[in-house]
Amino acid sequence: MDQLSVNDINTILDTADAFMEISSRDIKKVPTLRGKSVVSIFYEPSARTKASFEMAAKRLSADTLSLSATDSSMVKGETLIDTARNLQAMNPDIIVLRHSSSGAPHLLARYMDAGVINAGDGMHEHPTQALLDLFTIRKKKGRIKGLKVVIIGDIAHSRVARSDIIGLRKMGADVTISGPPTMIPVDAESLGVRVVFDPAKALRRKDVIMVLRIQLERQSGIQFPSLREYSLFFGLNKELMKRAKKDVIIMHPGPINRGVEITGDVADGPFSVILDQVSNGVAIRMALLYLLIGGGRGDNLD
Amino acid sequence: MITWIKGGEVIDPRSGTKRTLDIVIQKGKIERLLPPGNFSPPGDIDLKIIDASGMIVAPGLIDMHVHFREPGEEHKETIATGSQAAAAGGFTSVACMPNTNPVNDSRSVADFILERARKANLIRVYPVAAISRGLRGESLTEFGDLKQAGAVAVSDDGRPVTSTELMRRAIEYARFFDLPVISHCEDLDLSNKGVMHEGTISTRLGLQGIPAASEEIMVVREILLAKLTGYPVHIAHVSTEGSVAFIKQAKEEGIPVTAETAPHYFSLDHTALTDFDTNAKMRPPLREPRDVEAIKRGLSQGVIDVIATDHAPHSPLEKDVEFDKAAFGIIGLETALSLTLALVREGVIDLPAAMAKLSYNPASILSIKGGIIEEGKEADITIIDLNSEYVVEEEGFESKSHNSPFIGWKMTGKAILTMVGGRIVWESDEQLNPRS
Repeated sequence: MDQLSVNDINTILDTADAFMEISSRDIKKVPTLRGKSVVSIFYEPSARTKASFEMAAKRLSADTLSLSATDSSMVKGETLIDTARNLQAMNPDIIVLRHSSSGAPHLLARYMDAGVINAGDGMHEHPTQALLDLFTIRKKKGRIKGLKVVIIGDIAHSRVARSDIIGLRKMGADVTISGPPTMIPVDAESLGVRVVFDPAKALRRKDVIMVLRIQLERQSGIQFPSLREYSLFFGLNKELMKRAKKDVIIMHPGPINRGVEITGDVADGPFSVILDQVSNGVAIRMALLYLLIGGGRGDNLD
Repeated sequence: MITWIKGGEVIDPRSGTKRTLDIVIQKGKIERLLPPGNFSPPGDIDLKIIDASGMIVAPGLIDMHVHFREPGEEHKETIATGSQAAAAGGFTSVACMPNTNPVNDSRSVADFILERARKANLIRVYPVAAISRGLRGESLTEFGDLKQAGAVAVSDDGRPVTSTELMRRAIEYARFFDLPVISHCEDLDLSNKGVMHEGTISTRLGLQGIPAASEEIMVVREILLAKLTGYPVHIAHVSTEGSVAFIKQAKEEGIPVTAETAPHYFSLDHTALTDFDTNAKMRPPLREPRDVEAIKRGLSQGVIDVIATDHAPHSPLEKDVEFDKAAFGIIGLETALSLTLALVREGVIDLPAAMAKLSYNPASILSIKGGIIEEGKEADITIIDLNSEYVVEEEGFESKSHNSPFIGWKMTGKAILTMVGGRIVWESDEQLNPRS
């Protein structure tokens, strides 16, 4: 998200707006990217992002190929650079990369002529998620500039939070981050955000509440003692929602741990736009594929 | 044969002075040191004249912290290629750390290292033995046997001693053998899976951080152990403002500690990592601008006694990978002098002080030869051209590896001749003193 200008972001969101309509048609396919190939490599498990990219590419008639960690030669010890060289030899137009190491798409892009889209790298960035979040906010609120947004959860380990913060700040929103101090990164203010540890205080007068997933697989009892205690002090529930603005929207990048970071009734409740985020994700990714392939090869998105 | 080094500015790091002197070398030793115009060579002897006018003549540089990777990782460096890199960088002696495979924790490994160094036949290579067997931090190695085999210090560099009890006993036991104890200060628990300095850049890049406190906690522990035992501890590769402050305070209180830093800690900060450059990944990590300033102050105030490179060669196998998977460490032997000379030009330290940190002080700490140009001493000498300009090139390294963040840097000043025991082991292609 660092590389994108405000103009770039507006162009992407406007293009996504135009593509929204395609997904509502009876026949959801246009020939725009016929003869182009999109290869996605997922070194980490992902359902939503992977499906979303695949659907976006197919609706634009691109040929898609998707590799996961188990069929990639990574299990055979091939380095990322060698994988890049081999893929390049097949001359694809776009590579979509999900990787557990921060910076992996940068490494890949150095060895490829094809454009590289970062579909999430370690704890670094998840730019397409941020773009679909911005898109969702703009659609629901009519603007981004001047809005007050709070992000609650494990900010330190979240690539979604990092990309959202950069995108929101660029577009002129006011951002607060919230959660237990063990999950707030060092020098967080340098990202241009305010830190309010207690969600009960942080969500007041906010236009948007973004709840992050607690990564159960990451928890070892060092960052917080138990899910039970997390949900009591940092989870979003009906009681807390009484303090929120009446027209607030609630977002979550998924998948949800119901009853941990957000209760089921709030996630499914009237303020939630969580499923809109998913629909908007396809349009955003269509826009990106279109703009990157249309914009000439060699462009990268991070 | 007599070698006559004519008319150079000879540095005396002990007194902090420089004088124009001629040096007469015979049988590997400095035979005479005298003002120019006073030496008339006997006519019947083989004479080699090195015209050093306009050049700096310094005691051979000594790097008390290198990793030569042999035995075990010869694809990164060998004692021969490492020695070649050292000679090219102006170094006449190095102390190599024990984290090889097998670890240098027994006489046979120390013997092997010295045998390889003899075969390479370039510079003086001194093994540093492990503190604990296998660097496991559980039980002491045989300090006495290792010292007799040639070890000049003990250290668990790279895998620091976690147990405070073991470290205390190591320092006490080392005292009996007069072996210096070198500590890589790091709280491994606190560093956890960190891969760079914890701060604004790690927060921005989403990389696990290593807090400054991870180093400082152990610096304080070693200071307290030096106080408890009354025996010196040498702190390796100091990188933070806090470490400098704690060491300064300890020295003021008379606690016997010495300290080193590496050129990258006064030349670069954590912003060098913004493009995920694995050649800027090392341990301890590059810190913040204010740490860099503190290191410079520490050097100028004498808090930091030594500049050592922590020369850590890695091949593309370990470096051309995802950032978090890349190995820690950079090479340094061939850039250390130029980077130190930049500090001299900046006015941080004067030339004799720089040479003290690169030769006299490490020689004193390790009680090894060299570090001074004096009649009767070994002729370990480095001739330096302060004005030579060059660009660091990936293909230009004598080291087997080229994992350096300084590739592409424009440097001023370098070693043009390296002499060990009166023998020239390296000479730059440049004509020595083209003006004469």
